[in-house]
Amino acid sequence: MAQKVVVDPVTRIEGHLKIEVEIDGGKVVDARTSGTMFRGMELIMQGRDPRDSSQIMQRICGVCPVSHGTAASLALDDAFGIEAPDNGRIIRNLILGSNYIQSHILHFFHLAALDYVKGPDVPPFVPRYQADYRLPDAVNKQAVDNYIKALDMRRKAQEMLAIWGGKMPHQQGIVVGGATEQPDTQKIVEFKWRLAELIDFIDNVYVPTVKAVAEAYSDWFDIGRGCMNLLAYGGMPLEQGKDHVKKEKFFPSGTYIRREYRPFDPSLVAEEVKYSWYKDDTGGKKPTEAVVTPDPKKEGAYSWLKAPRYNGIVMEVGPLARMWIKKVKEVTDLGEKAFSVMGRHFARAIECSLVAHAMDEWVLQLEPGKPVATPYEIPGEAYGMGLTEAPRGALGHWHHIKHQRTAVYNAVVPTTWNASPRDGLNQRGPMEQALIDTPVADPNNPVEPVRVVRSFDPCFGCAIHLMTPDKKTLAEFVID
Amino acid sequence: MPTKLSRREFIRLCAGSAAAISMSPFLAPFMAEAAEAGAPPVIWIQGAGCTGCSISLLNTVHPSIQEVLLKVISLRYHPNVMAAAGDLAIREAMYKVAEENPGKFFLVVEGAVPTGADGLYCTVGEENGEPITFVKLLNDIGSKAKAILSFGTCAAYGGIPATPPNPTDCKPVSEVIKNVPIVNVPGCPPHPDWMVGTIAHIILYGDYPELDEFGRPKMFFSKIIHDNCQRRQYFDNAIFAKNFGDPGCMLELGCKGPIAHCDATTRLWNGGVNWCVKCGGVCIGCTEPQFPGWPIYERMPEMPVGPAMTATVDQLGMILGGAAVLGIGGHLAGNILTGRIGGKKDAKEGEE
Ligand code: SF4
Ligand code: SF4
Repeated sequence: MAQKVVVDPVTRIEGHLKIEVEIDGGKVVDARTSGTMFRGMELIMQGRDPRDSSQIMQRICGVCPVSHGTAASLALDDAFGIEAPDNGRIIRNLILGSNYIQSHILHFFHLAALDYVKGPDVPPFVPRYQADYRLPDAVNKQAVDNYIKALDMRRKAQEMLAIWGGKMPHQQGIVVGGATEQPDTQKIVEFKWRLAELIDFIDNVYVPTVKAVAEAYSDWFDIGRGCMNLLAYGGMPLEQGKDHVKKEKFFPSGTYIRREYRPFDPSLVAEEVKYSWYKDDTGGKKPTEAVVTPDPKKEGAYSWLKAPRYNGIVMEVGPLARMWIKKVKEVTDLGEKAFSVMGRHFARAIECSLVAHAMDEWVLQLEPGKPVATPYEIPGEAYGMGLTEAPRGALGHWHHIKHQRTAVYNAVVPTTWNASPRDGLNQRGPMEQALIDTPVADPNNPVEPVRVVRSFDPCFGCAIHLMTPDKKTLAEFVID
Repeated sequence: MPTKLSRREFIRLCAGSAAAISMSPFLAPFMAEAAEAGAPPVIWIQGAGCTGCSISLLNTVHPSIQEVLLKVISLRYHPNVMAAAGDLAIREAMYKVAEENPGKFFLVVEGAVPTGADGLYCTVGEENGEPITFVKLLNDIGSKAKAILSFGTCAAYGGIPATPPNPTDCKPVSEVIKNVPIVNVPGCPPHPDWMVGTIAHIILYGDYPELDEFGRPKMFFSKIIHDNCQRRQYFDNAIFAKNFGDPGCMLELGCKGPIAHCDATTRLWNGGVNWCVKCGGVCIGCTEPQFPGWPIYERMPEMPVGPAMTATVDQLGMILGGAAVLGIGGHLAGNILTGRIGGKKDAKEGEE
């Protein structure tokens, strides 16, 4: 008989997530993911000076604020009809790239690793689920040491970021039109010096630790496959050019659908709401026309996340999508085993190394004395779209300005893609699909489902973002 | 607890430069002393926030985060750090710890408290199939704590999630819990030194640091950014940056330094690398109770106020009132009167 297992809260992620799985014959046969907190970030933007978005919207998330600051600023550039000069473009990439490093290191060592590595027997490492911790003692000890070392390294990655962004979390250095900090030799050297230390850590500790864990848990290359359709908006532009999609970027935009590569077309993104607590007639809308009318009593709904779909198709976003679409050999060589729990961890580690090495070159392209930002005027009425890649995946902000104020703001974020509920065609979201067939040895210690979920590096602070709930009906619904 | 460092010395150390607080040779032995006496249990919960305060705490340099986690405090519950999940986390690491240590553990709250819709805007777990709301959790656990540390502007004053138009009715912790001492350590996010320094003070001396009228420890929040800003000379000479990346005082680009209380100018952020204005950005006033009630990139006086921005009218009054109290109002007003910061573009151009 099927048994229902609820994990609430799922810890070691950002934000509030609950998962519900049905287990039959030792395997997951049904799965639901729901986010349980919402703040209404975009509502706060309504009526504000549109430039505030680069600061307000980055506060969607304290783990990857830079990505939101970048998307918000790109949307402003687009709306204002300007573009960052090369220095500004490069500094934005350096700030974003530095945060990739801190975020990926944090994710593997501090958020995910405790599912595979036995921490010391003191809080907060105990209590923990009883599970098949199977690393050989020596490797486990090494991994615990690396957990500690990684704390230092991710901190240094934030120092590296602060050289251009002033501070972290929540940097002040990315603004409409470009960046704020003037490059000079001193800063370039300070940056390179820290980066060298991080590259050494990534290549000689992070990647090898992932490989050691992957070797011991090699069966996890066959668990958590998911939808196998991948999407990247693309990010970290390498040249000038106003077209987000067409210009050359370090992370190319693109899709991989039913085993075929195809170009990405932003007009095919739409958000479904059949199983979300919103009125049905708000479903199927494009991000530019997102109107949200909550319907907390809605029959059958179970998530505050909407279900973004690409031409109706369920898509996974994140490092695996980016590395696959960039056709990085180490990842594509895994073949379809890349679509798995370990495949995602591996792709993230490889990506971390690639970004770090690329930044080592970019920082030398800075030209001291040249401008970092383009002057602007706030338009009376305009639309802006800002597409980038957050550490967790494709991130887009859509901004409508009226009377020089923000009229509508909408963000479609990585975890909304990955942790989306079912859609109008009853297709499960990527994370739900990945949970299906996951073996669960002991329903009282459901470590396997959380391993699957954490391989996506979910972030719910940003996933639940736009709503105007009706208080009375919401209360009734939850009691329901 | 007796320590070799007097309370006054400790406060002077904290209020000093980054070099002072980061002098682990000074602080470390006292931390060890505190640890010997038994690291107090700490429960860290998150409501309507972004996890930025936790991430900022991880950036502490001296003592290092590993020392904080393994020696200074006994962190029993923390959503981003703990090994356990689900029921195991809620039951064993939280409720049980609170019940076994009434009046002995510290509660850290990160994020504002959504109180609308009976608190259902934020649920943090389940009990017998019913969701546990964050506000219930705060009441259950908070009322048993020895003290509550409200880390970050959201927990301290409501911050971004409490900014209108807002359907969630987010409240600061102090409006929900009334019978337990609360220390506010604001900032979006707070500097790790402000958080660790406050914890250290409480552990070492068994009491709370002196607080200002907004509940902030004076040792970190008594200074005005504007007073010690490296760009102050530009301000005094009326040289104002007009575009990002220009040299000059950042006032015209929106700097809130004249009304913001924090010591980032001398402490610096992220291991002393930089801070908000030094990188050519603006101070956004993130440690203030009014944050983010103002246009971030608009100069403080003469802020154009849009139709949907009635809240800002009040904020404007508070800004000007605050500025006058702090004694810079005169200076600022003087500059405006003489046209040095005047609203008219040509007047400004003429000045330079
Ligand atoms: S207004 Fe801002 S930039 Fe100018 S001196 Fe004051 S704190 Fe510094
Ligand atoms: S300088 Fe201003 S923006 Fe920076 S931390 Fe202090 S109050 Fe916040």
